[in-house]
Amino acid sequence: MNPAEILTNRPEGLYCPSGDFYVDPIKPVPRALITHGHADHARAGHGAVMATAQTLDIMSVRYGESFAEARQVAQGVTQVGDASVSFHPAGHVLGSAQIRIEQQGAVAVVSGDYAREANPSCASFEPVPCDIFVTEATFGLPVFRHPPMADEIARLLASVQAFPDRAHLVGAYALGKAQRVIMGLRQAGWDAPIYIHGALQQLCDYHIAQGVPLGDLRPATVARGSKADFKGSIVLGPPSAFASTWAQRFPDPVICFASGWMQVRARARQRGVELPLIISDHVDWPDLTRTITELNPEETWVTHGREDAVIRWCEMTGRTARPLRLIGYEDEAD
Amino acid sequence: MRDFAHLLERLAFTPQRSGKLQILVDYFARAPDPARGYALAALTGDLDLRKVTPSLLRALVAERVDAELFRLSYEFVGDLAETIALIWPGQQDGDLPLPDVVAELRETAKADLPGVIAARLDALGPSSRYAYLKLATGGLRVGVSGRLARLALAEFGDIEVTEVEEIWHGLTPPFEPLFAWATGGPKPESAALAPFRPVMLSTATELDALRALDPDDFAAEWKWDGIRVQAVSDGGVQRLYSRTGEDISTAFPDVLEALPDAAALDGELLIRRGDAVAPFGDLQKRLGRKQVSAKMRASHPAALRAYDLLVADGEDLRGAPFTTRRAALEALVARHAHPRLDLSPLLAFDSWEALADLRAAPPDQVIEGVMLKRKSSPYQAGRIKGPWFKWKRDPMLIDAVLLYAQRGHGKRSGYYSDFTFGVWDGEALVPVGKAYFGFTDAELKDLDRFVRSHTTDRFGPVRAVEPIKVVEVAFEGLNRSTRHKSGVAMRFPRISRIRDDKPASEADTLASLQALLPK
Repeated sequence: MNPAEILTNRPEGLYCPSGDFYVDPIKPVPRALITHGHADHARAGHGAVMATAQTLDIMSVRYGESFAEARQVAQGVTQVGDASVSFHPAGHVLGSAQIRIEQQGAVAVVSGDYAREANPSCASFEPVPCDIFVTEATFGLPVFRHPPMADEIARLLASVQAFPDRAHLVGAYALGKAQRVIMGLRQAGWDAPIYIHGALQQLCDYHIAQGVPLGDLRPATVARGSKADFKGSIVLGPPSAFASTWAQRFPDPVICFASGWMQVRARARQRGVELPLIISDHVDWPDLTRTITELNPEETWVTHGREDAVIRWCEMTGRTARPLRLIGYEDEAD
Repeated sequence: MRDFAHLLERLAFTPQRSGKLQILVDYFARAPDPARGYALAALTGDLDLRKVTPSLLRALVAERVDAELFRLSYEFVGDLAETIALIWPGQQDGDLPLPDVVAELRETAKADLPGVIAARLDALGPSSRYAYLKLATGGLRVGVSGRLARLALAEFGDIEVTEVEEIWHGLTPPFEPLFAWATGGPKPESAALAPFRPVMLSTATELDALRALDPDDFAAEWKWDGIRVQAVSDGGVQRLYSRTGEDISTAFPDVLEALPDAAALDGELLIRRGDAVAPFGDLQKRLGRKQVSAKMRASHPAALRAYDLLVADGEDLRGAPFTTRRAALEALVARHAHPRLDLSPLLAFDSWEALADLRAAPPDQVIEGVMLKRKSSPYQAGRIKGPWFKWKRDPMLIDAVLLYAQRGHGKRSGYYSDFTFGVWDGEALVPVGKAYFGFTDAELKDLDRFVRSHTTDRFGPVRAVEPIKVVEVAFEGLNRSTRHKSGVAMRFPRISRIRDDKPASEADTLASLQALLPK
């Protein structure tokens, strides 16, 4: 069959007609396969949901046990209608997977969000040969080259040392980025307690339960002591918390933000960030183009982010590519 | 280069002045000569490199990167040097001594520049590439003024900033004698003609404080609302300095022409048409220019109104009492008789109450109070309490309505501390200014609470608030502005009081504000 017929674009999201399911739909559908637990990909209210055990757990942490009518843990190769599907690590966040869909020998892989740099908080990306590769394009511009995470963590620790009387407030999204930063700190030898905002608590607990050794974490919400308690400490919170009164309890805080967007100075300044940390859980441009080169699919479909540049690159290298123009994904969140 | 790149990065992302100072002091302590001297020169704008043009850089990057990919990237990043620094396809992350880079950019012939720059971009990593390009194009944009850089140097060397300012104009990059002085060596001798001399400053006073003093001991004069300057003429060289030692000569050739030989005058820089002194806004139009057109000189003629005489006929008068200097100044101005140079007149008064009356009704709008100078006072550097006082006119006050608020930094992290306020224009509130100080800590908490509980809209870090909170705004003056929708711009606005007793409907109107504009 023509591999391009495996998937089609519908208002609800990417649809597989032969299996009658959607991948990461943005509206409630009868049957959904979910790549990972970020809120724009994993929504509540579907009929049946298939995902990795960890993604299903994360969905119930976020939405409660009743987030879908039925759920199924993805294991090995599963037949769904006329399609056979399997899940493969994407290296993005805990539980994240690429979804491989095969039909009559033709293979499409929906990568969801993915990253190639080793991530101590989840399994590493596994290249899956395919005819159609659906790639994200969050950092799909040649200006994006993420430095090694260890370098960024070293910058954070150098700043902590330089300003021992101040607290370092690190903005990091609750699923994935927060744990990645904590693991980066632990690997760099930071054994001190790390303080976390309440919004990070459940997902950090879940990572620990899944065997990710985050170390000594303490709530930064309940300590109603003095500001001085947080001198020299590292505090993690969701970026939105920095606008709340929560931020007022820390002594002259250094505002940090862990995100791939921090590579662009204007972005960092816009957010009032003093210490931008370029830590991303998406592929940067070299890894994105390397992945397409390695997989060498017949067609590359490009979704959410900077599609134009990725498609231009495919043209330049003689590859067939098209934009999916899927709507509803927050390509800004990293 | 890497160290310099790191310095620029930290400065750019540190909003607080105190933080920037600390970063600079640390850098001066850490970096070797002559690198730190070149870094200082880059910050103060004293590094006269061959200016690399944007078109040269665009042509360079076009040879390495697909035009469409570059266009998309530039669109996203928004800054040419930054886009090139990030997109340049080099894999190395080498380091180069800053002095070598400066020498190379200085000495390379124009035709050879593209090749040299490309080779350097190949050798450096992204952060160093950015610093290199900013250095080459000559606009660092890290929020550090020449004044702040010199202040940091003074702090680093534990010396008075006025002493640094005094010799600054005789020194050239990489300033090795200056750093030698800052680290315990001898103070460099400045051999430059027309040097800057540290300015004498006043402290604020008020009627109650003055009562303890004898009016007979003091001379009084108007405090003109222009720019305090020092004008120096020495061996055929004329220079005009701001009170912090910034050389602003190029913007005011008409004032330089008006100077007597071998003299140093302290005075107010004004725009004066005939006898009429123009409002401060007119002077602003002439500031910061490298060149002034004949048309601008004719429409906005600058003049010096002299307060004091530091050097006359090559003789240093600073040790003499004010009365002696004043007599010499009057004689010099009369003898020189140049239409662009006149005297700031002394005021006759026999009691503080009489002076208060004069202060309350100045003869000119471009007067912002009175200055008091102890007759016996020598001309001393810095702000010493006692010999000179400024008794400013009362600030202008309006009641305005809070419209927007933005979060602060550092100790104000998490607090909404930068406020935009407006006044009534018919049925609508039009923004007229921004203020981020003037209030107490307790008032800040009150304002912060108000913003959080009355937010109506959000734009990034800015919140729009329900227009019900009235604040009293104090400011030092008002100018016409084409850049503000309201047509007015306040000088030095601050929130002096929270007016919870006043409903928003009773806040001031734009018309009442416009009535305060200089005619």
